[in-house]
Amino acid sequence: MVNYYVRRTARVLVTIFLVASLTFGLVRLLPGGPFTLLRAQLLRQGVPADEVDARIANLQNIRPDEPLWMQYIDYMTALVQGNLGESISLGEPVVSVLAKAAPWTVFVVLVSTILVFVVGIFLGSLQAYWEGSRFDQLVTGVSISMMSLPFYVVAVLLLYVFAYQFGWLPTAGTISNSVDRSLSVPFVVSALKHSILPIVSYTLGAAGGQALAMRGNSIQVLGNDYVQVARLRGLSDRRIATRYVARNAILPLYTGFLLLLGFRLGGTVILEQIFSYTGLGYYMITALNANDYPLMMGTFLVITVALVIGVYIADLTYSRIDPRISAGESDEAY
Amino acid sequence: MKPTETDSTAVDWRGDSTSSSDVTRRERLKESYETRVRTPALVAWSDWRTRFGLLIIAGYILMALVAVLGLWREPSTSQAPRLLGPFVDMSYPLGTTQSGVDLMALIIHSTPTFLILITAGAVWATLIAVIIGTVAGYKGGSVDRGLMSFSDLVMAIPGLPLVIILAVTLNPENPVVLGVIINISYWAGLGRSLRSQVLTIRENNYVEASRTMGISTPRIILKDIIPNLMPYITVNFVFAARYVMFASVGLYFLGVLPYSTQNWGVTLNFAYSNGALFSWQAAHWILAPMIAIMGLSLGLILLGQGLDRVFNPRVRTRMAGESKSTAGEGDDDTVTEVF
Repeated sequence: MVNYYVRRTARVLVTIFLVASLTFGLVRLLPGGPFTLLRAQLLRQGVPADEVDARIANLQNIRPDEPLWMQYIDYMTALVQGNLGESISLGEPVVSVLAKAAPWTVFVVLVSTILVFVVGIFLGSLQAYWEGSRFDQLVTGVSISMMSLPFYVVAVLLLYVFAYQFGWLPTAGTISNSVDRSLSVPFVVSALKHSILPIVSYTLGAAGGQALAMRGNSIQVLGNDYVQVARLRGLSDRRIATRYVARNAILPLYTGFLLLLGFRLGGTVILEQIFSYTGLGYYMITALNANDYPLMMGTFLVITVALVIGVYIADLTYSRIDPRISAGESDEAY
Repeated sequence: MKPTETDSTAVDWRGDSTSSSDVTRRERLKESYETRVRTPALVAWSDWRTRFGLLIIAGYILMALVAVLGLWREPSTSQAPRLLGPFVDMSYPLGTTQSGVDLMALIIHSTPTFLILITAGAVWATLIAVIIGTVAGYKGGSVDRGLMSFSDLVMAIPGLPLVIILAVTLNPENPVVLGVIINISYWAGLGRSLRSQVLTIRENNYVEASRTMGISTPRIILKDIIPNLMPYITVNFVFAARYVMFASVGLYFLGVLPYSTQNWGVTLNFAYSNGALFSWQAAHWILAPMIAIMGLSLGLILLGQGLDRVFNPRVRTRMAGESKSTAGEGDDDTVTEVF
């Protein structure tokens, strides 16, 4: 058991290391190199070449005149120290920009993903219970049509109806400008108001898919022998539903949760842009449009680290729920 | 179906010539074609979702044909009055944009690109997933560990941000390249689930028989393993296709991807940023691409759901007569006969 945790933790570190190396490589691949544009600009302004190099080194912790491996080591050391360079467009350290942005993204993704699961499992199990009923058909129909709407289309439509037409909810931002950024009742209320639309539009379609998956799983579990036996033993319906069916139907969904988390964390790039919700995804596109490579790569790295840690936690808890996981490795080789 | 299969094999093993086992093999393949390709296809067609989904997709292919054959005018600015409402002038049935482009032409002429893009992405994702999943599952041991660590690593990189960075770096305009880039990491999850299915399939008697007969690994994977996975692969192909479409339109909508001609996503972006949300006169401008996107994804989802219903063992067992819902439907007897 201990061995599993050690291995799993080591993998997290290796993954983060590899992704950091990948960002280093990608920065070099970007059109025009990392700072050619900025460099030319500064030189034209009459800044001496030495100073330009020093400034650029400061921006991305890279000295352009050094050999590649030295640059790589410098870059990685800076990362370990929590230094992601400086944003060109905002003139702030990338870390401080992202530290402000990350909580919003994590909040929206976490709340909406939990909602997806709660709503999906609830509807799906009811559907399986009343399989073939009017309710089942209705929910299946609604789920399928919700799934065929991309979340950004839902987002645009909701924004139009609730923010622009009725004016019930704010159209952009994370909190209103008049509210102090400290933990108080108006702050929480404002934050919730601003997050309702992003969360709802990010939840609807995915919840439909989850309901369909849960329905399928529950139907399968309901057909199992042990459920029949439990019925024959005269156990109460409630006990069968929660202990025997729900548990086993939810288990396979939990693995899907990991994948879903990754997709959803990445999807905020589009979501946050629509609502001008200043989270990680929003800054990534802003940085992209401003050719602000340090900020763009920093955002990418932070989103990845958030995902890796999320999956790590989910994996560890999963092995607690399902003991087969930590044992399951195929060692026979053909 | 299982007992008959074992019986016939048993008889042939006692037979005197080695060629007879070849015949059984061919027969078995033929039978597996029957049970795994033909009958599921028939059952799939009997489900309204599959039928409806296929019809919708056929409609889009027809639209692509109209565009390729040039049966509808090409979209260009000022070809029509500005912001004409839908169904006002029947030569511009969907109306026009602010710069006087026929919306119908826009929708029709971006269909071929999207179909290529979607197919390329879905083929890439499923192909890599099948290769990685079957090899890892069948070989096991260090090959398995290596491949699975690799796909875990890929899974740990969030899809869309990576795609955005790659799109900026490579600036792809070719729809095939773009499709591959969008689904560059999609295979990882699918490969993992395929692997776990192969782990059970490889324990089957006939796989062991092939192995003892000295048949090469690629051949075993191709002939014995993959046919078993085909249903699952088909369903996931459809889902991968849907993902490519959502992601590509979303990225076009953001204005991240390069484009030479307007398409559904770009139209959506133009309409959105030109304030089509605020006035009724321009509502059709933003709705038309939305409906085009929804229609195709609805088709894909229905097809996926229909196929899933047929192929998925858990739903299939319910279709074998236990299910109240299927018993109510008219085609119940076909289903029971097949399974």
